[in-house]
Amino acid sequence: MNPILEVQHLKKYYSTQKAVDDISFTIPQGSIFGLLGPNGAGKTTLLRMITGIFYPDSGQILFDGNKYQPEQDLVHIGYMPEERGLYKKMKIGEQALYLARLKGLSRQEANEKIKYWFSRLDMDSWYNKKTQDLSKGMGQKLQFVTTILHSPKLIILDEPFSGLDPVNANLIKDEIYQLARAGSTIIFSTHRMEQVEEICNQIILVNQGKKILDGTVQQVKQDFKEDLFHLETAAPISLLAHPSFEVVQQSEKSLVLRIQPGYSSNDVLSVFLSSGQIIVSFNEILPSLNDIFIKLVEGTPLARQFQIPIA
Amino acid sequence: MNKTGLVFQREYLSRVQKKSFLLVTILIPVIIIGFYVAIIAVAISGNSTMQKIAVIDQAGLLGNKDFTQNEFSFHLAPPDQQPSLQSGYDKQGYDGLLLIPPTAVEQPDSIRFQRKSEAGAGAQSDLNKILSEAIGRKRMEAEHIDPEKIKHLSPDVSLNATIGSEAKKSISDVARGVGYTAGFLIYFILLIYGTMVMRGISEEKTNRIAEVIISSVKPFQLMLGKILGIGAVGLTQFLIWGGLIYVLQLIVPVFFPGMSAELHGASHSGPMGMLGDLLQQARALNFPLIVGCFLFYFLGGYMMYASLFAAVGSAASDDAQESQQMALPITMLVVLSFVIMIKATADPNSGLAVFGSLFPLTSPIVMVGRIPYGIPTIPLWQLLTSMVLLVLFFLFTTWLCGKIYRTGILLYGKKVTFSEMLKWAAKKN
Repeated sequence: MNPILEVQHLKKYYSTQKAVDDISFTIPQGSIFGLLGPNGAGKTTLLRMITGIFYPDSGQILFDGNKYQPEQDLVHIGYMPEERGLYKKMKIGEQALYLARLKGLSRQEANEKIKYWFSRLDMDSWYNKKTQDLSKGMGQKLQFVTTILHSPKLIILDEPFSGLDPVNANLIKDEIYQLARAGSTIIFSTHRMEQVEEICNQIILVNQGKKILDGTVQQVKQDFKEDLFHLETAAPISLLAHPSFEVVQQSEKSLVLRIQPGYSSNDVLSVFLSSGQIIVSFNEILPSLNDIFIKLVEGTPLARQFQIPIA
Repeated sequence: MNKTGLVFQREYLSRVQKKSFLLVTILIPVIIIGFYVAIIAVAISGNSTMQKIAVIDQAGLLGNKDFTQNEFSFHLAPPDQQPSLQSGYDKQGYDGLLLIPPTAVEQPDSIRFQRKSEAGAGAQSDLNKILSEAIGRKRMEAEHIDPEKIKHLSPDVSLNATIGSEAKKSISDVARGVGYTAGFLIYFILLIYGTMVMRGISEEKTNRIAEVIISSVKPFQLMLGKILGIGAVGLTQFLIWGGLIYVLQLIVPVFFPGMSAELHGASHSGPMGMLGDLLQQARALNFPLIVGCFLFYFLGGYMMYASLFAAVGSAASDDAQESQQMALPITMLVVLSFVIMIKATADPNSGLAVFGSLFPLTSPIVMVGRIPYGIPTIPLWQLLTSMVLLVLFFLFTTWLCGKIYRTGILLYGKKVTFSEMLKWAAKKN
């Protein structure tokens, strides 16, 4: 599919730091794209350039194949910033209507969409309430609705689940899948790795203004695997020594072992099979994104190794 | 509808539809009028406690009548009571004693006035006048001069100056009053609505709604929509006030027919006569010019100051105190204009007044204070120059503050200095 967004060599320097330093990536249409990074990595600055709030110092953005022009393209983008903001004293319905009309919808279109989304997310009774009466989580839901009300091609969500209870978080998550299936592209910025693993197809990791990782979730996990396997047996294990593996961790009926270079999992398995032990399970241990994230960001010397994009 | 229009609409409606708007709009004039009525009522009513004064008139100055003067009521004492009064007037139920000895005509100093307690300021001056006149009359009688003749020979001068080539009466009294009122209104508006803009913007910033809106609207559009919307609220308020005054003017003569007759009759004596005189002067004022200039300077001054306040509101952090502190230089400028305006209404062509009404930061208040004096008094070139300067300057400040606003509105957590704000303004893009 065509990329909806292409970012090429984007740079934004502040007087004190390089907030975004030569970042490039491509987001295919309909994907859910994770933008990861520790606090202060430059995520917000990057998003603000994509939403036309900031101008890049250099580099360019292609939106839907053409040079990005905020005046026209903003109506196709929905942005939910990390710091939520709504007019406290406005009625909820009027607020949604106002924000939708700022995105270029006519009054009638906007009203129809509001009706549709409010009933879909069980918010019908909210229309005439004031925003300040909403709880934090409810406000979140409203903010989400106002972000997607104008059916944007590109939806940018910065920490969309913070403050939501599991039920509502699931509700929003389902809507995100639904929107992606319907052809919208979603940029999902967070530092909650388990959510990323669950939701995203593709991720990039940004640290100190630079992109240090780029790829699909599967690919990244494969790239960072340490050839670790978990083996479980029915009876207590009698330990074997073989050049194909080394034991990393051992308990009564299970082993964590690392396969040595030059050997495959089959070699290891056949060693155990030939010893006659009953094997209950044998599976590869892939690193979680959380582990990868911490490894890359925390161990800065290590992170330097991966500055060349992998995928 | 374009986006500035949408922002404008929201800012306007969200304020005008509030119940407090209607309340404030109607209450403010009621409070102001009530305040003045109270002041006037207090001033007119004077002191109600009368002091009873016994008079022993041995020189026959006051004729044979009791009379009342300000806070004193004078009672001529019969001759038989006089000795006891002199020894103790308070025992006879009097509050004071006026003793006029037979030698009073030759030696006015010999008149004695004793009182138990202090009277209000000025209460005694009329008494001095009465006694002086009475003594004067006696002296003229002694010299066989007819008092009527003296009165006939004394001229009564009351100058009526004419200004310019037309034989117009001088309007300086009423021009000053109108100028002062108009200048005060503009001063009031700049401060009230300027701070309203500032608060609105800093609220948007604190609420973090700014970031959401700015991903749909250009910052400048948001700022402009807000400034115009709040300005329109101010204009609406004026229209309502104007309407109220017009209706009042129609209603008052219906309820008090006598009053308007008295005013229009303009009899040249007493306070009503003075009022009639002022009304006559007021009719000579060039009202289309005044109203036109008022609206022009209101809009120009408001746009200029509102954008300055907007810049401060965007740069200051959530702390209300900080934004107030940062707004202080702007508030000071408005107050300075007000002070110059007071001087300018008294002396419309002083150097300070001319400077103040040309300099764009002070001209909205000062020029409006001067303009009721009319065109020949205020040279036309000054008015036109002042207007052009104001327009140029307000375009400049709006542009400049738009740039400060764009950076400031998304910047959190840092205390911003004025030099940084200037740096933002100088930045490209």
